[in-house]
Amino acid sequence: MSHTEVFAPWDDPEATPLISCQDVTKRYGEFTAIERLTLDIFPREFFALLGPSGCGKTTLMRMLGGFEDVSGGRITIDGQDMAGIPPNKRAVNMMFQSYALFPHLTVWDNLAFGLKRSDMAKDQIGDRVEAMLKLVQLQKFAKRKPHQLSGGQKQRVALARALAKGPKLLLLDEPLGALDKKLRQQTQFELMDIQEKTGTTFVIVTHDQEEAMTVASRIAVMDEGRIVQVDTPGRIYEAPNSVYVADFIGDVNVIRGRVSALNGESAELNWGEGKRPIRATAGAGAVHDASGAFVIRPEKVTIATEEPTDRHNRVKGVVEDIAYLGNLSTFHVRLESGDLISAQLANSRRFANRGITWEDPVWLSWSDTAGLVLGD
Amino acid sequence: MRRLSAFNVVSLTFGFAFLYIPMLILVVYSFNASRLVTVWGGFSTRWYGELVRNEAFLEAAWVTLKVGLISSTIATVLGTMAAIAMVRGGRFMGRTLFSGMIYAPLVMPEVITGLSLLLLFISIGLERGVMTIVLAHATFSMCYVSVVVSSRLASFDVSLEEAARDLGCTGWDAFRSVTLPIIAPAVVSGWLLAFTLSLDDLVIASFTAGPAATTLPIRIFSSVRLGVSPEINALSTIIIALVATGVIAASLTTKRAILRRQAEERAAA
Repeated sequence: MSHTEVFAPWDDPEATPLISCQDVTKRYGEFTAIERLTLDIFPREFFALLGPSGCGKTTLMRMLGGFEDVSGGRITIDGQDMAGIPPNKRAVNMMFQSYALFPHLTVWDNLAFGLKRSDMAKDQIGDRVEAMLKLVQLQKFAKRKPHQLSGGQKQRVALARALAKGPKLLLLDEPLGALDKKLRQQTQFELMDIQEKTGTTFVIVTHDQEEAMTVASRIAVMDEGRIVQVDTPGRIYEAPNSVYVADFIGDVNVIRGRVSALNGESAELNWGEGKRPIRATAGAGAVHDASGAFVIRPEKVTIATEEPTDRHNRVKGVVEDIAYLGNLSTFHVRLESGDLISAQLANSRRFANRGITWEDPVWLSWSDTAGLVLGD
Repeated sequence: MRRLSAFNVVSLTFGFAFLYIPMLILVVYSFNASRLVTVWGGFSTRWYGELVRNEAFLEAAWVTLKVGLISSTIATVLGTMAAIAMVRGGRFMGRTLFSGMIYAPLVMPEVITGLSLLLLFISIGLERGVMTIVLAHATFSMCYVSVVVSSRLASFDVSLEEAARDLGCTGWDAFRSVTLPIIAPAVVSGWLLAFTLSLDDLVIASFTAGPAATTLPIRIFSSVRLGVSPEINALSTIIIALVATGVIAASLTTKRAILRRQAEERAAA
């Protein structure tokens, strides 16, 4: 693969997946945690499992690690069926949410722990540990015990320990959950950097959509034990296949109605008697004359005081609330129909005076391709 | 430092007086030259000398020590295993019954425990001696160890063990190299507790001891029934000194460890 080529093995029918889940099911008594889940993850991918708590993402990860059995279906890693193979016999390592650093061992011994139990020659262990310490920039802390480290340092030790044995697959369970926001953002880039350097396949479990968007090559959005959509962050955000995904990732305005026209790429949604139908891109599940939902991101909605007659999609409303976030301002506009639509503007000038304030009548508009009509 | 109120001073004085005046009297009279326990006949270390030459006491002390060491070790192994089964075993058939039975000896009157063990030993024809006392002590102190260890295990992060297995350990290796070192303080306190209980025990030991083996508490108790001898005072003083040294050393070590840890955590933050 040359550097100019985009990394997208999932689009290549010739590519062999590293992990393959076929109809994987997990039941705890009556409760089904994972239901007939099928998924391929390719070598060198940074794959994110994203979903609300209880959606089964952690269960799926624990099955990959060997900590839970599969109730039905099959998981193969590198072509090998994983049924009945315990965690210590898998070329998979895990970074735990609590970091799970051994409190009675120094950083050095924590990193050497797995190597001592592998077939690595004794005299090479030291070099490997030094290399891992260097990778996470903790050379100075080798002699410390875990309780003598800060949160960010612990996180890096946990990462280095999980990578020390050079696993084919690294599982990361909410790896940055315990860090504060600034450190988390910085660490996300470090993670991506390390993933690229080591060429290891990463599977990360997170409930933080920004984190998933930042680090992942592909994201699987999960809900109640099923995968709703697997796609690149860009497509998940711009081309969600359902209102659930659109709503879970980022902010979205949803207007429900009936699909009144569907021709190729474009669709129209009838959302009320006497209202001009909304024109938008046809999305997944949109069927003519069936109920549908129009979804549009707030930053794609334009706000103006004058009627923008050059646009087909324009509605009148009253400013109900303004949220000033510094970099952005969000206007919450109540339409005559009662729907609440948010429009987001970048504050590219300091103290910009747009002349729009509370209770002002305004026009909202968007282009014919800015939103999606989805099945509902 | 806050000044203590008059009420606090009075209650402290009475509290300490209650606790320590009897012991103080005992220590003072152990240096009494007179054979009569209640009459002061001048300072002397004569009874300490007599004690060293008293074969029966030395023999009993040795038996007590032996019983304590062996029984507390057995109790620690069994109690730790029971704690692991209770905390980690998940739900299994008869779990509630099992946990109830482990903790029953905590509330069982010692007389009943002693008597039932005596009946058991007689019925299986086991000759009473050091062995029977060891078995009896291991039985009743095991539940104390189990209580101490299971409370530590309950707060133990299971993902530590999973991490060990993830890094290539088998189940046993993970327990030996990760779980055991981390719960070690609880296991050691369990052992110390069992050891102390064993040294202390009079009731169960008197049921299960035979003519061949007598523990120190039994020896002291039976000799006091014939009148308190100054030798007993001397022996008790030695025991008090040993216990006090142990307690002070332990608390100093703990305090230093805490201070060092706090300093290290400050340095890391």
